[in-house]
Amino acid sequence: MKTLTYKVIDGNSKGYLALLAILGLFVLAGAVAFFYMEHNGHWVTGMNDQVVWGIPHVFAVFLIVSASGALNVASISSVFNRKVYKPLAPLSAVLAITLLLGGLTILVLDLGRPDRLIVAMTKYNFKSIFAWNMLLYNGFLAIVGVYLWFMLERKMNQYSRYAGFAAFFWRLILTTGTGAIFGFLVSRQAYDVAIMAPMFIIMSFAYGLAIFNIVTIASYSWTNRQLGDVIFERLRKLLGIFIGAVFYFVTVYHLTKLYATKHHGVENFILLHGGVYTDLFWLGQVVIGMLIPAILVFHPALAKSRRALVTASALVIVGGISQMYVTIIGGQAYPMVMFPGKIVESSFFDGGIKSYIPSLPEFALAFGGFALSLIMVALAIKILRLLPESLSDAEIAPHHKA
Amino acid sequence: MSRQETDSSRRQFLGQAAAAGLLIAPGVMLYKVAQARTPEMPASAINRWGMLIDTNKCATGCSDCVSACQTENGWGGKNSNEKHSAITQKAQWIRKVKLTDKLSGYVQSLPLMCQHCESPPCVDVCPTGASMKRADGLVLVDKHICIGCRYCMMACPYKARSFVHETLTGQKPYAPRGKGTVEACTMCVQRVDTGRTPACVEACSGEGHKAMYFGDLKDPASEISKRLKKYGGSEIRSDLDLNTGVRYQGL
Amino acid sequence: MAYSQRLSRKAIAWLVGAILVLPLTASAGVPVPVIPKAKAGTTCVEPANIMRREHMKFILHHREETVRQGIRTKKFSLKECIACHNAPDKSGAVARIGTPEHFCSTCHNYAAVKIDCFECHADKPANTHYRHSLAEGKTPHHPGMKSEDKVLSTKTLEIITAKGEKQ
Repeated sequence: MKTLTYKVIDGNSKGYLALLAILGLFVLAGAVAFFYMEHNGHWVTGMNDQVVWGIPHVFAVFLIVSASGALNVASISSVFNRKVYKPLAPLSAVLAITLLLGGLTILVLDLGRPDRLIVAMTKYNFKSIFAWNMLLYNGFLAIVGVYLWFMLERKMNQYSRYAGFAAFFWRLILTTGTGAIFGFLVSRQAYDVAIMAPMFIIMSFAYGLAIFNIVTIASYSWTNRQLGDVIFERLRKLLGIFIGAVFYFVTVYHLTKLYATKHHGVENFILLHGGVYTDLFWLGQVVIGMLIPAILVFHPALAKSRRALVTASALVIVGGISQMYVTIIGGQAYPMVMFPGKIVESSFFDGGIKSYIPSLPEFALAFGGFALSLIMVALAIKILRLLPESLSDAEIAPHHKA
Repeated sequence: MSRQETDSSRRQFLGQAAAAGLLIAPGVMLYKVAQARTPEMPASAINRWGMLIDTNKCATGCSDCVSACQTENGWGGKNSNEKHSAITQKAQWIRKVKLTDKLSGYVQSLPLMCQHCESPPCVDVCPTGASMKRADGLVLVDKHICIGCRYCMMACPYKARSFVHETLTGQKPYAPRGKGTVEACTMCVQRVDTGRTPACVEACSGEGHKAMYFGDLKDPASEISKRLKKYGGSEIRSDLDLNTGVRYQGL
Repeated sequence: MAYSQRLSRKAIAWLVGAILVLPLTASAGVPVPVIPKAKAGTTCVEPANIMRREHMKFILHHREETVRQGIRTKKFSLKECIACHNAPDKSGAVARIGTPEHFCSTCHNYAAVKIDCFECHADKPANTHYRHSLAEGKTPHHPGMKSEDKVLSTKTLEIITAKGEKQ
């Protein structure tokens, strides 16, 4: 393909400044929520001794998983040598970095002792997957940073392939580690299963690409730049494949759990009688997160519709957050089985479904983190030359038929 | 060295080693027998502290162990230290659990606290190493480096741990606890280290219920070891193979 | 250059100047710490000049020994420090960490170094009679001393500090 011109966006329009202002407000709300929570203690949140991880963790894990997936476009261009994706690789790398930073911000600010972050960064228990994750996350930031540098600086372009390989393998290990946070726990019926690691990897593909699609299409349409059909079709089909893969893994996870009698309780809870968790699973995760986006993506009449892909991507994101809620909070809400065959009652709420009502500070912190990621991307495309001036078919692949 | 020389030097070494062993052995034996160690001695793996709970003697309505723990360690109702926390957020180091068998309707009761496992999942998952197992088997939280991530609370199969949700003020000097860190039953480490028994066990035996015993699992002469040998004991969630230090009879 | 540019440059210069001068105001008006005097005949486990500089080193080392190894020697134990280093506040009760009369606060407020210990550790001894076996008016030796539920009354404090009894 011809040499593309990468150009910063003008970033002077009212729309852009309004976008920054709105995202900035969410970030500010998140900061206020953090100070409120840290000063008073977690009693101001809905999290308790039974459901210890809440909305902040749902969004944080979602963002961290998406960060790994957002690097997909760059990985496909470098590792799998699909040159048509190369123009979008820098944006992909930046989005990966900002999503990870947003997710980590939420996670760190929700700690009981966030002032001890230095302790967390210097004292490691290497048997803990959490400790490994801290090293993996920071390593990811460094490796993708180097990858981005190699992509943006012309004389380093020849090495970008190696950085791309490193980043690709690193993020597979990272996302495996994120899934293992839950998969390694023997205590709870919903966890303790190896499939969580690859399932998280596949989910990262879908969620990361969904966010990438929205960011790309919005960036191009709001700056009146051309996004051609060739690249659009790639993004559309890729999302469809990933949705299918997620569907497969979710099915296998539940079929596996359903087979074992000892897990009938938790499966019954999630699939049938869990109230909000059942609703979020079927309506949020399956229908909104997988079925409707699949229709929007694969329907022939919508093949060229930008709006359809954006909608499908947004629904995948909603589905992803629903899935994280069901996994993280549903997994905690269902009681641990300490005494099989017995009805258990205690003052510490053993035996019953745990109650959890998310609070406003938690939502503010969670949205603040998400907004932080988006505001960083919005600023990045103004500061760095990340976006090709045009991705029309004539520029990308003059001989290619869409 | 010639063959003869190596033989005699080997003999000398063996002789010296045996002599050294004979000298040290009585000291090792004596140390093992002594129960209370002096303050400057560290906890050692010669001991393994454990508890035995006889659920047949544990009454459903009784919570003497819980009250004693609250008084000793400064948490819970009477101390009303956690004024803002909801009931689901207040710490509970030990609680009474009532079990009703689904098939037979048989009712039993038992106290449930940190099981002080030999292979604690909470210690495995702690990112900073704050959740720790001491040499003598007690599983503790080093609150100096606890960052309050609550991963140990996710991992504990017994829901033994609590998170402190607000600023505390009236802590007992020998049982520090604070906002943003995780805590659990310490088996009254401050008492064990000075040769006494945990408050819950003391209260239970003091009231004459005789449902709880405490002692050194590695000492075959201790009451707890003798009882375990005679009547047996089981672990909660034994399928996890954690080798808990707290054992139950009648489950 | 344009007037607006000159104005903004001037504003920035003033701002930077103000910020640079700010540290000079720090020591103006901050009272030096009034550390409660030790009772006659008592000393700390280490000389005061060493303790002032190195107390954190001792505390940090000892806490590792106590928590991780169960070594409970009294020297450098925080509980033992607090048992001695407590002073009355204005009302006569033992000062708590929020007040300027708390022993640690006297210096730490001046140095503006936040204390983390008392997030978890008790800032006063459980038994405020610890330093002496006063026996609360039950013995012929100390008939006049009473306590109001673990709070040292002012009268008791006067007697303790004036008589300078050994621990």
